[in-house]
Amino acid sequence: MARIVLRDLRHSYAPPPRTDADWALKQFTLEWEDGGAYALLGPSGCGKTTLLNLISGLLTPTEGRILFDGRDVTNASPEERNIAQVFQFPVIYDTMTVYDNLAFPLRNRRVKEREVDDRVREVATMLELDSTLEHRAAGLTADGKQKISLGRGLVRSDVNVIMFDEPLTVIDPHLKWVLRSKLKELHQRTRRTMIYVTHDQTEALTFADQVVVMKDGEIVQIGTPVELFERPSHTFVGHFIGSPGMNVIPCEVRGGRAIFAGEAIETANGANYRGEGRGIELGVRPEFVSFANEGVPVEVVKVLDAGRYRIVETAHAGHTIKMLVPEDESIPRGRAHLRFAPERTRIYENGWMVT
Amino acid sequence: MNKTVNQKAWLFVLPVVVLVAFNAIIPLMTVVNYSVQESFGENTFFWAGVRWFEEVLHAARFHASLLRQILFTTIILVIEIPLGLAIALAMPRKGPWVSVCLVLMALPLLIPWNVVGAMWNILALPDIGLLGRGLNALGWEYNYTRQPFAAWFTIVLMDVWHWTSLVVLLCYAGLVSIPDAYYQAAKIDGASGWAVLRHIQLPKLKRVLTIAVLLRFMDSFMIYTEPVVLTGGGPGNATTLLSIDLVKVALGQFDLGPAAAMSLVYFLITLLLSWVFYTVMTKDEAQT
Repeated sequence: MARIVLRDLRHSYAPPPRTDADWALKQFTLEWEDGGAYALLGPSGCGKTTLLNLISGLLTPTEGRILFDGRDVTNASPEERNIAQVFQFPVIYDTMTVYDNLAFPLRNRRVKEREVDDRVREVATMLELDSTLEHRAAGLTADGKQKISLGRGLVRSDVNVIMFDEPLTVIDPHLKWVLRSKLKELHQRTRRTMIYVTHDQTEALTFADQVVVMKDGEIVQIGTPVELFERPSHTFVGHFIGSPGMNVIPCEVRGGRAIFAGEAIETANGANYRGEGRGIELGVRPEFVSFANEGVPVEVVKVLDAGRYRIVETAHAGHTIKMLVPEDESIPRGRAHLRFAPERTRIYENGWMVT
Repeated sequence: MNKTVNQKAWLFVLPVVVLVAFNAIIPLMTVVNYSVQESFGENTFFWAGVRWFEEVLHAARFHASLLRQILFTTIILVIEIPLGLAIALAMPRKGPWVSVCLVLMALPLLIPWNVVGAMWNILALPDIGLLGRGLNALGWEYNYTRQPFAAWFTIVLMDVWHWTSLVVLLCYAGLVSIPDAYYQAAKIDGASGWAVLRHIQLPKLKRVLTIAVLLRFMDSFMIYTEPVVLTGGGPGNATTLLSIDLVKVALGQFDLGPAAAMSLVYFLITLLLSWVFYTVMTKDEAQT
């Protein structure tokens, strides 16, 4: 168990890095509290796995320090760091039984056989693998195998952090849900620090207390699922999280109000804006847009029924604005007016929220 | 349900049937035919029953060459399989040296058998050959045309030089197909290099190793050209392996009947041993 600090970390796969684009991971500082459940969320190729491999020690950072409980482990091997990792594809030792697979990390560390037995049986019970302990691991299904690789992490009582690199990729959809709640339950029970890498927002938001959103090797926002939803600090976060994502439309700011389609719109942060008026956008989630008697004039373009609610796509002069409408509410045909909830509408400058 | 019957479909199978008939079935049947007859000049044949088979199976000469053959193949497998695996493990997985190593490894495989025999023949000559003179200079009175041990040493060395590459290439192909995650997981689990070999690499290489053992077994069990060019089966009969003996009987003495019986016995032994190897090595898979 440890508090993990990443200080001024930067990484490049192309030494020596010449341009800014050479950095797979741009400079940042990050702290992970002991016992937290974190998620690293971002599209493919954004540097999530690089960051994970830096923490686990499979990669050494080009610049910066990594501290576990204040101890510098920047150049330490994965074994010395005492971490565990679950990979995208289940990694098991084919020739061994489930029991021997779980015992493997302990036996490598020369733990006494009696203690090994206790730990293995305890972890097997947690993961519901009791009945298959004596089976050959190769014969298990994908989710069973993934449980084994997770178990190899849990079996060591002193492991500093358990990391998951998109662990549900090869799991059948109906088992994903089961395994995900199992993970959450295990975290609450063992209180190990867990870092979960994924590009699936549902996985990240249901698993983690804190979500780190990444884009192009940069950390865009760190926050609780609620914060990411209600206060996205970058238009990318607004887009990436939520379904459908946040509406982002160009606007002007005058006197603390956003101007779009000739209408003045009240926003939560318009009063803070001091800029020159370039690269300004207005962001509002479909959940916080509603029909009104006056406001932004739009055309209703299409309506998608999503079951409990409907997704209505409207447009003004080529700018699409999506909104969610409850099943029982009527939807006007043709022309309509929209209202944006002021406390949920924000102004963004060059992508970043104005503060 | 109505099954569509289309007799014309046989036409598609015909080329294969013809090909297999000409290169396998007809020659094999000819041999079977010879093996039960006594031949005289001017193409006259007499029924001989199983006489040739009895003769071959009881002949001290056949026993001796079979024993030599088994010894040779055993030595070859014991040396080439572990050596090939070791070289494959030591080869780089990334970078510019990969292609250099692969080309170097493939080179011996591209040389025709009789050229290999001729090369080693000259190389090992005690008076002018680099290897022969070198060994003599080191104090070993080496002469493969006179000493049986030296002759064996030379043909084994030659075969190792010629064919270990095949094992290396097979093992290397198997090794590079193991995903990185396995090595990373092993690192995290604190596995030693030996444990990685034992629990990851060897299990993942099992299939290619089975193929390597089978190929090397069959090839070395039927080896002919290289030792014939190098030693001609000598000194005396010291390096007369089964196939060399067979040719001596068939062509040297033109005893078609005994030679045919001998080749059938030879063929059955090869088939049986291949089957045994294959069954033993794939036994585990059938269980899971």
